[in-house]
Amino acid sequence: MKPEAEAYWKANLRLICGSLLIWFVVSFGFGILLVEPLNKFYLGGYPLGFWFSQQGSIYTFILLIFFYTWRMNHLDRKYHVDEV
Amino acid sequence: MDLQTLTYLVVGLSFALYIGIALWSRASSTSEFYVAGKHVHPVANGMATAADWMSAASFISMAGLIAFLGYEGGVYLMGWTGGYVLLAMLLAPYLRKFGKYTVPEFIGDRYCSQVARVVAVICLIFISFTYVAGQMRGVGIVFSRFLEVPLETGLYIGMGVVFIYAVLGGMKGITYTQVAQYCVLIFAYTVPAVFIAFQFTGNPVPQLALGAETGDGGYLLARLDGILEDLGFGRYTGPFNDKSMVDVFAITLALMVGTAGLPHVIVRFFTVPKVRDARRSAGWALVFIGILYTTAPAIGALARINLVTTVNGVEGTGTDYQAIPDWFRTWENAGLLAWVDHNGDGKVQYAAGEAFDGGRPVFDEDKRTGAGARQVTNPGPGIAEGTAPFANEIYVDRDIMVLANPEIAGLPDWVVALIAAGGIAAALSTAAGLLLVISVSISHDLLKSTFARQISEKSELLAGRIAAAVAIVIAGYLGLHPPAFVAQVVAFAFGLAASSLFPVILLGIFSKRMNHQGAIAGMLSGLIFTTGYIIWFKGVFIAPVAENISANWLLGISPEGIGAVGMVINFAVALTVSRLTAPPPKAVVEMVERIRVPL
Repeated sequence: MKPEAEAYWKANLRLICGSLLIWFVVSFGFGILLVEPLNKFYLGGYPLGFWFSQQGSIYTFILLIFFYTWRMNHLDRKYHVDEV
Repeated sequence: MDLQTLTYLVVGLSFALYIGIALWSRASSTSEFYVAGKHVHPVANGMATAADWMSAASFISMAGLIAFLGYEGGVYLMGWTGGYVLLAMLLAPYLRKFGKYTVPEFIGDRYCSQVARVVAVICLIFISFTYVAGQMRGVGIVFSRFLEVPLETGLYIGMGVVFIYAVLGGMKGITYTQVAQYCVLIFAYTVPAVFIAFQFTGNPVPQLALGAETGDGGYLLARLDGILEDLGFGRYTGPFNDKSMVDVFAITLALMVGTAGLPHVIVRFFTVPKVRDARRSAGWALVFIGILYTTAPAIGALARINLVTTVNGVEGTGTDYQAIPDWFRTWENAGLLAWVDHNGDGKVQYAAGEAFDGGRPVFDEDKRTGAGARQVTNPGPGIAEGTAPFANEIYVDRDIMVLANPEIAGLPDWVVALIAAGGIAAALSTAAGLLLVISVSISHDLLKSTFARQISEKSELLAGRIAAAVAIVIAGYLGLHPPAFVAQVVAFAFGLAASSLFPVILLGIFSKRMNHQGAIAGMLSGLIFTTGYIIWFKGVFIAPVAENISANWLLGISPEGIGAVGMVINFAVALTVSRLTAPPPKAVVEMVERIRVPL
């Protein structure tokens, strides 16, 4: 693999790891493992853990994908692998 | 105009639209038939993916499931959306760069193995047929309830419509009809939700209404928690009433990974022009899916509160059967609601516990009780549970929560007609997507690449059309005569996708060292473990070996969640075996390097 492609792939892997960490924390972390302590706090009428499980995790997933897309477009250009 | 005519009109118009689109977008080459010529705009593809993905179960059943599960309904909400994050980052862009037509084709090329490809085709066909049988049945059920035609007739009409646009248009026809179907189904789903949210809280946005205050003060969810606790149920927002934490975790993971591994979803990302479009398209798909999935919990909670207050009345002591609203009798006649007067006070009462022995009511044909309700032959003991003031006297089928909600809330007839069109759109769009991946796998993976390599593009296209037609007939047959296991196979479809397809595709992209020995060993061990576990407790084809209760489960994980363990086994076996065998040839390593970069 060319060094530039290698560096591009490493940067992609770092971005994926960071994004999947957030993916895990909002759904499995806040929505399941920590739901009981979080339910002591409220967001309007929503117990917080319940909100993450039924609303918040989905909103975060959407933002995450668009964030990843935006960062990848940037990386594509930086490493000169973007499609014309 | 009466409801019946109005429903015919709305459903008929939606069908005319789908067929019109099909005629406009006929496929003329294999590329158009398989991947819509790779010309689909990423936002349009996102919409088509959303319709493809959201099935009759998402539209009709999910809100009802949430209504009765409360917090634990979150496994479906997180599980069926989180997979798109995995798709966008781990699979879709690289498979789009690979640039061919099917998922088994990728597996076959990456591992230089026809065996791996055929195993993948078998998984794909099994997953897709189990899924499609449910969709065809969904079409039949919506038809029979709303248009009052026999279930069979409804199913034939649905088969005919899918036949026209799937066989003529292939992926191109399906894509643009799915865009139209998405618009119909999301409109049908959100309009009643907005009406009901406004009625209850004065806030028309369902996502906000669920966290808002009700007219008589106090937050909606707190009120629901209180009402349910008084009736002997667990708190609506309280976790782990029916499922343990480890099981909720495993089911969510299995559904997420299974979603990312479903062939009819993956293949949608083959249709966009560029790699970056594949990423963006996954984001749009989740936006369109998210609109329904964040509305569903509001419908669930509002439907539950609606049901309790309508049945138990303002005083909370029950409603006289003679004074019960019409919808109650309508659904009672359909066999989806039932009442037995345990305490003989002539009032209908709803509380925790089962009103009937074994859960579901057994009706004594058309016989009526003195009060005029349908006679049931299996009343339960009628003992109040826990702190409940009375015993539960009714049975409510979960599926009617979405279908009956507009009637319960007293919404106008055109909203009820819309629900019928929306349910049919959800079922047809998913059925078409599934039927297409089946037919493409047969014509492309089995015929063109394995058994009859010399056939021309024209014959391959014809073979694809014939395979689609045959698949529709088989799907219709399965819908008419559902094998006893159909209700139990949803877990199967996701478990299989999670434990077989997802890991081999992922390792094919992210591990250059992965070879065909590792992939095949991993796929088979994940597959055999997951299949074996589900059959052990659910008994598909054979009687269950052990009772399906948590005491018997491995690590407390139910068959619904076992795909998560199967996936881990697949990864572990594949990585170990590949390290013990020769690395893959240079050409494969170069192919992996090529799909990792967009250019």
